[in-house]
Amino acid sequence: MRLLNFDEQRIPLDDWIQSGVDWLVYNYRDLFQFIKVPIEKTLEGLQWLFDITPPSLLILLLALAAWRYAGKRVAVFTILTLLLIGYLGLWEETLVTLSMVICAVLFCALVGIPLGILAGRSDRFQVLLRPFLDAMQTTPAFVYLVPVVMLFSIGTVSGVLATIVFALPPIVRLTSLGIRQVHPELVEAALAFGATPWQVLRKVQFPLALPSVMAGLNQTIMMALSMVVIAALIGAGGLGGPVVQGLNTLEIGLATIGGLAIVLLAMILDRITQGMGQPRRSN
Amino acid sequence: MSSQVSKIRVEAVSKIFGPHPKKALKMLADGADKETIHSKTGMTVGVHEASFDIHVGEIFVIMGLSGSGKSTMVRMLNRLIEPTSGAIYVDGDNVATMNDQQLRQLRRKKMGMVFQSFALMPHLSVLDNAAFGLEMSGMPKPERHERALQALAQVGLDGYANSFPRELSGGMQQRVGLARGLAVNPDVLLMDEAFSALDPLIRTEMQDELLKLQARAQRTIVFISHDLDEAMRIGDRIAIMEGGRVVQVGTPEEILQQPADDYVRAFFRGVDPTNILTAGDIARDTQVTVIRHQGEGPRAALQRLISQDRAYGYVLDSERQLKGVVSTDSLKELIDSEGGKDLSPAFLEQARAVTASDSMQDILPEITAHPWPIPVVNADGRYLGVISKNLFLRTLHRGQQETAQAEAEAHSEKVIS
Repeated sequence: MRLLNFDEQRIPLDDWIQSGVDWLVYNYRDLFQFIKVPIEKTLEGLQWLFDITPPSLLILLLALAAWRYAGKRVAVFTILTLLLIGYLGLWEETLVTLSMVICAVLFCALVGIPLGILAGRSDRFQVLLRPFLDAMQTTPAFVYLVPVVMLFSIGTVSGVLATIVFALPPIVRLTSLGIRQVHPELVEAALAFGATPWQVLRKVQFPLALPSVMAGLNQTIMMALSMVVIAALIGAGGLGGPVVQGLNTLEIGLATIGGLAIVLLAMILDRITQGMGQPRRSN
Repeated sequence: MSSQVSKIRVEAVSKIFGPHPKKALKMLADGADKETIHSKTGMTVGVHEASFDIHVGEIFVIMGLSGSGKSTMVRMLNRLIEPTSGAIYVDGDNVATMNDQQLRQLRRKKMGMVFQSFALMPHLSVLDNAAFGLEMSGMPKPERHERALQALAQVGLDGYANSFPRELSGGMQQRVGLARGLAVNPDVLLMDEAFSALDPLIRTEMQDELLKLQARAQRTIVFISHDLDEAMRIGDRIAIMEGGRVVQVGTPEEILQQPADDYVRAFFRGVDPTNILTAGDIARDTQVTVIRHQGEGPRAALQRLISQDRAYGYVLDSERQLKGVVSTDSLKELIDSEGGKDLSPAFLEQARAVTASDSMQDILPEITAHPWPIPVVNADGRYLGVISKNLFLRTLHRGQQETAQAEAEAHSEKVIS
């Protein structure tokens, strides 16, 4: 007699999830559509901003940011790279991707930094949060693309939502790490001088955790960029578009320039945000 | 130096680290000791039934080896660590029962603290570090910067206001720590091994600085130290802690003369090879003017003492036998009264020589009892040199190496005839 009969005995978890999602979609789709609104508005605002900014001004602003935070060489690299992207005919797509990434990172920071602070100050919360972060980071994006589409329908906003889920963990983790790395005697000193818990956070823990928070932000940006192609699968526009289209129609050239533009954009954003994380020299 | 008004009263304060402090307290009450409790329950007794008074305006040193509970004790005074039981009254208010708001007011207005590790904020300038306590109580920027600058001036660092802590040496960083504590103008300054991380030379300098500051504004200072030398140097009174208990409280002299138990005694023995070193080993003859008994009157002797800037002189005969000890005061009296050539009427009555073979413990009462350096003679009564309080303490602390050096110095005798 066989003890374990995996062929006949089975836990129908997949069916349960299926019906669970169906139930959610049937009953609460309106609610989920409502959740989209702030993301939608932010995205529209960013896109409007990029639309009214002439390309030359935008390139100049990015170059200035690069110069301030990462030095002259990165500034030159930024100008040349953005010009190249423009002449490759991918300017519009780049703007869409940029606004998607900025929007996703904005919400990641808005949600992730407070979560990271809580996790940094409470062991219990850290333990509670951990499996969720692990799941968000390791679950293949394709797995949650379908429920996202069912709940939020296709389009750029859904793409941003999926991006937020994927890109959130690093900023939470690194914020928590930064808070935990603050020497306990500094916290003790602040308390000894009568600091409230809020003052401890605002005057001591957060400023000292800032380099780590910025490293988290940098990682979040990188992960958001890596989601661009996947987001394109559910109808989000941007630089993922040419890649997906190129792969579908076997236009290798088109797919490659799309990929190249993503990598170059990633390099610019990485260098600038990494520079922001370095402690500034005192004047 | 200090009046007898109580500033802080600690009453039967205990601290147990662990999940069931009540249980450990009961075991303590039933007579179990620290080790038994730790092995049976895993809980640690930090402080056990500590009681003492700290007077207004005194420097109160809490001394003990690591693990004696002294750092826990000082942290309970401003409740950075919650006492498990007992009461701590600061100006009559019980710190142990204060709510968060009252506790913050106490920390902001009444108690400054200085830490062993300095604990300066690396992201703030020296000025903002010094102003930290004032910032916590919500003082506007111009005002708190002004007061922080005054505090920095007190410790001689007003020229470094815009530097950052990492740009300063250890000693300077701790001056900033001290300024941060002073800026709030607290009644009480808690100093947790504040100078222990500094090298010996800077440490002495900081002790002097503290004494200087204390001479200007009489604060109540609670100073934690594991260093006997430091405790004797700056303490008006000392509490000695062992295994979480306060075993003795008293002035340095009281503790030196009547150690409460073997532990306190071991404090001296522990840091010093008293069983090896004798009075003859450490006596020095470079410090004091030596006056030959015959052929020199009190006026010449007094002149010599004054010109050498000494308060005491040691009178020898031509065989270098010690005849007596004179002071500038006793010489003046002798001159005023009649003025013969004989110095013996000016001899200090209580002055007594110790012999070279006496151990350091044997000579301890003599050292602490009198203000003058104690003369040392050999078995034949020949003068070898003197031992001052300072020299005694330093020898206690630093051990043999320095003594060997002292001996070498002692060979360069200077006998004036």
